[in-house]
Amino acid sequence: MRAYLWLIPLLPLLGVLINAWFGHRLPRRVSGAVACLVVFGSFVLGVAALIRLIGMPPGQRIIYHKLFPWISTGGFESAVALMYDPLSAVMVCVVTGVGFLIHVYSLGYMAHDPRYPRFFAYMNLFTFAMLMLVLADNFLLMFVGWEGVGLCSYLLIGFWFERKSASDAGMKAFIVNRVGDFGFLLGMMFIFAVFGSLRFHDVFKQVAADPATLTLTVTGICLLLFVGATGKSAQIPLYVWLPDAMEGPTPVSALIHAATMVTAGVYMVARCWIMFLNAPLALTVVACIGALTALFAATIALVQNDIKRVLAYSTISQLGYMFMACGAGVFAAGVFHLMTHAFFKALLFLGAGSVMHAMSDDTDIRRMGGLMKWLPVTGVTFWVGTLAISGIPPFSGFFSKDEIIWSSLAGPMGSWVFWVFGVVTAALTAFYMARLTFKVFHGQPRMSGEQKHHLHESPPSMAWVLILLAVGASLAGFLNIPPAIAHLLHLPERWTAAFTNFLEPSVGTHEQAVYLLEASVGGSQIGFAKLAHGLQHNAALEFGLMGITLALAAGAILTGRWMYVSRPGTGTALARKLPFLFRTLQNKYYLDEFYKAVIVRPGMALGNALWRGFDVLVIEGIVNGIAIATAIISRLFRVFQTGYVRNYAAGILAGAILIIWVLMR
Amino acid sequence: MQEFYNRSILTVLTFLPMVAALLILLMPRGAVIAIRGFALAAALVNLALSVPLFFLFRSAEAGMQFELQVPWVYLSGQPAITYHVGIDGISLFMVLLTTFLSAIAIAGSFGGIRTREREYYALMLFLEAGMAGVFVALDLVLFYTFWEAMLIPMYFIIGVWGGQRRIYAAVKFFLYTMIGSLLMLVAILVLVWLNYQHTGVRTFDILQLSAVPMTRAAQNLLFLAFGLAFAIKVPMFPFHTWLPDAHVEAPTAGSVILAGVLLKMGTYGFLRFCLPLFPEASAAFAPLLIALAIIGIIYGALVALVQPDMKKLVAYSSVSHLGVAVLGIFVFTLQGMMGGMVQMISHGLSTGALFLCVGMIYERRHTREISEFGGIWAVMPKYGALLIMVTLASIGLPFMSGFVGEWLVFLGSWLANPWYAVFAATGVILSACYMLWMIQRVLQGEITHEQNRGLKDLNLREMAVLVPLVAGTIWIGVYPKPVLDRIEPSLARIQEIVAPAQPFAEDPAGPMSFRGVRDEESPPARTSQTYERQVVVQPRDSSHRVRNDNPAAHRVRNDSPMSFRGVRDEESPPAQTSGAPNNAPQESGR
Repeated sequence: MRAYLWLIPLLPLLGVLINAWFGHRLPRRVSGAVACLVVFGSFVLGVAALIRLIGMPPGQRIIYHKLFPWISTGGFESAVALMYDPLSAVMVCVVTGVGFLIHVYSLGYMAHDPRYPRFFAYMNLFTFAMLMLVLADNFLLMFVGWEGVGLCSYLLIGFWFERKSASDAGMKAFIVNRVGDFGFLLGMMFIFAVFGSLRFHDVFKQVAADPATLTLTVTGICLLLFVGATGKSAQIPLYVWLPDAMEGPTPVSALIHAATMVTAGVYMVARCWIMFLNAPLALTVVACIGALTALFAATIALVQNDIKRVLAYSTISQLGYMFMACGAGVFAAGVFHLMTHAFFKALLFLGAGSVMHAMSDDTDIRRMGGLMKWLPVTGVTFWVGTLAISGIPPFSGFFSKDEIIWSSLAGPMGSWVFWVFGVVTAALTAFYMARLTFKVFHGQPRMSGEQKHHLHESPPSMAWVLILLAVGASLAGFLNIPPAIAHLLHLPERWTAAFTNFLEPSVGTHEQAVYLLEASVGGSQIGFAKLAHGLQHNAALEFGLMGITLALAAGAILTGRWMYVSRPGTGTALARKLPFLFRTLQNKYYLDEFYKAVIVRPGMALGNALWRGFDVLVIEGIVNGIAIATAIISRLFRVFQTGYVRNYAAGILAGAILIIWVLMR
Repeated sequence: MQEFYNRSILTVLTFLPMVAALLILLMPRGAVIAIRGFALAAALVNLALSVPLFFLFRSAEAGMQFELQVPWVYLSGQPAITYHVGIDGISLFMVLLTTFLSAIAIAGSFGGIRTREREYYALMLFLEAGMAGVFVALDLVLFYTFWEAMLIPMYFIIGVWGGQRRIYAAVKFFLYTMIGSLLMLVAILVLVWLNYQHTGVRTFDILQLSAVPMTRAAQNLLFLAFGLAFAIKVPMFPFHTWLPDAHVEAPTAGSVILAGVLLKMGTYGFLRFCLPLFPEASAAFAPLLIALAIIGIIYGALVALVQPDMKKLVAYSSVSHLGVAVLGIFVFTLQGMMGGMVQMISHGLSTGALFLCVGMIYERRHTREISEFGGIWAVMPKYGALLIMVTLASIGLPFMSGFVGEWLVFLGSWLANPWYAVFAATGVILSACYMLWMIQRVLQGEITHEQNRGLKDLNLREMAVLVPLVAGTIWIGVYPKPVLDRIEPSLARIQEIVAPAQPFAEDPAGPMSFRGVRDEESPPARTSQTYERQVVVQPRDSSHRVRNDNPAAHRVRNDSPMSFRGVRDEESPPAQTSGAPNNAPQESGR
């Protein structure tokens, strides 16, 4: 078993080396095939390991494999060591499975790009880094993947680096992520200072053994780690890079900025569940940031006109959902939504890519409309994605989102406040997705004649990927049928909440969560920490709340249809009535401008002031001043060094007289 | 054979380049190809001879190895001054960096140097000899001789083959360094005199001088005299202003050597002289040096951000990176000092490569203004890829050498005082800002200047110069163990000298002691005197679990629902991992 765990990340790295070194000498087909095959190889190995894992007794589902020592010195130990447990398994399968499909899609999408091998080298490098992130058995190695995916994101956003907007966006992504990484780094130092190790195993064991005394320190650690998560997973206040990241090629947006990399923060929080549950305050912060981001990003998505930007804000909003679930203490719900989201958001992005392909790279939905006629496969699969993300049964989003909304109320740290945020966001989500889908695929075509002439369905390699992802987005939800529904339908035991049960050894059970929270000092005194034991099995309440959410979502979709198909122009009229609100939303609450004014410009000004003011004027002034002073003094003495013997003789005479006078006195 | 190698290798490494330099001066001026070939061959031979050092070095030993001591000058019948050379884990890597970067710098000069080539390559080899001498010398007179001698070739390299304001830069470099070294000379004489008063032995031997008792005032003054020389060399804020001028005016190879090796003499000096010779004074001045180092990290980065000239940008980034190294040295935790050492090596590789990269486009366009470029990745794909890799090494991406150094320094400083780490780690963000912004303005975007459209990509020689540097950073980044293992004993010895000399010793726990971590009833975690300043102690012999000896940390709650499943840890069978009681019942409780 251990023997091939290391192959999972190694195969994509092999792909990188091949494509980076020989890529330009290989025929395109070979270069692309190599990239796809290595990811597929990792996928097969990941699934094999997953099957192996399922075959083990639930309590022992974990495989360790230490490869070689890494930074180990002066009492600090870290190793390049891998770990495969249910949580890693889910992540590996999502990353390689969805990743493989997106690689295949890219074969067609990037077919005409001159830097084809480079693209695949980057994509494989990303897969490698992401696999390191989810397979690491310690924080430091996880950080390797963490920074590595950030690097690949930078390279791929700026893939078409000739465009200033693309290179700007890449740089912004990297720097904003580094701000988060700064927090993560400090968090790791804090962990080592307290626990003397960075291995998950050692750290969590110590926390679990002694939750009562550790709460304060662990709260500090968790908050620092969460700063890292806000950067990587684009949460308030560090979400600003993700919308701009849409400058990258669309498969990149699908893979990195929707399905995998941006979920790293959720993965990290879930991985550290013991620590977060020991820090109720940090958990509340996670939930609040998640809830706020979910709502906030959804409002922005309402008015965007760029097909990819709508999806980007939607991603931010959905990530907020995942954090909200984690913050409520139900990590399995967050990870489940992470998985279903990977399917339907990748599907939506690739659908958007297919639309752009047809529209000659135009992304403005105001110039689309009625595309269903020309792009039937894209249109139907896009609808599957829309219904899934809107939480319409039986698509996957229904199950995962319902679980999150229920958890936000019934989780050990749940609260009705989070529930309200969740439901309102669900309604907004359904509305903006309906707006997008209706505007793109239905109603009157609004594109130019030229564009209309070129409209075409994507090649089979792309269409098939859409279909496969649509199947995934439809069916993935059945992995985790909530107990209430399973009970209603008299489903067998093993069908009920199968995913959650599988994940529980990695992210804890409800009882463990409650135990940890109760043990943590002050856990019961902090704001929302109302431990909700009683809500767990109330089927009537669950169905009632589910009904509210469903009704709102369905209503929102119908409103969308009414506003953008039946009465096109309603939206514009509404925008004219509320100009201030509309403009604020369209400008994303002016947060970019705020950062520019408060951080970027003053930073540059400070740099300039220090350089021209301090370095050049003060320090150099002193240094050169000393030199000039020396020169002036020596010029004074030079007067005496004339070179004429008579002057020196006069000097000797004067000196002699002086000495004689002194002696005679 | 090996015995002969062990005794003579350091002498050979020092004097072989000198002999080669003299031979070059005998060659006819016009035989340019022969001169270049001979110079490179000499440097490569020296490199090849130095490589076995790495493998023959006994990594478990803290003391000097490959020693050779020959009496030189007698004072009242005693050999006071000796030709004494030897290396420990610290100087080993400085010597290897010297031979490695010298070969690369010479190979990197073929494109840029077009005048007086014979004298140039002779001086480069002289420079190599001087640098190697500084790092192997174990006698203060010998050390000082090499320290000063090395200035001469550098002065000429900047002053003759430099840019527009080369004379100004060369004189400034020379004077600045001289001021520091003259004070150091006085301090050396005082130190020897104090030792003579105490022991009656006249000696300049560094190893014998390390236990000279002296008054606090004397120690402080001597520390400052040595320290100023090293602080100028590093250079630390606010003594750094010679560096941008020297770098901008120096030819590419000069910058590579300057940044790669010469600056390290400052940090090396701190480690070799200031810390072991004046431990109490080091402890007293540590807060000041730490403050200056942290200012340097942030200041250097902010100023680098706004530089219009690529070389100046890299020069200011050096101020920032070496601030990290000095910080690591003066927090006196073993992790921090190890990190400082790795940072020195890493900076030598990555900044050397950055200067080579700047030089390569300078040779093509004769400008280093960032605004003159833009979009050249499209015409120079290999250059773009390498520049990006070098940049990533410089900003400390994990699995590249910069990360190993920075992480250990930050960790070590956190253990000393978390606020050090908080401020220093902002450098992580700032370095990404200035480096990536430069990348954007140089490599990315549309081609804005017509001249750049026809730029040729790197040729084979240029690749051969850059690739080894990048490979080196990746090697240290991915598998630093061989490097760390060789350095650790030597640094641990120095750390054991300075760490107990803490002025903070009154309160061993310190203000940020995370006391809450420990249970009241549990015995305090194991402490050793040398780790006094570290808040939570990491015994060096422990494997992953440090707090295993603290029984309270593993107090078992058999009634708890928290069955921790990680017990099936394959590297360490459960029985050994922790107290037995918390394994079996928990596993079955699931």
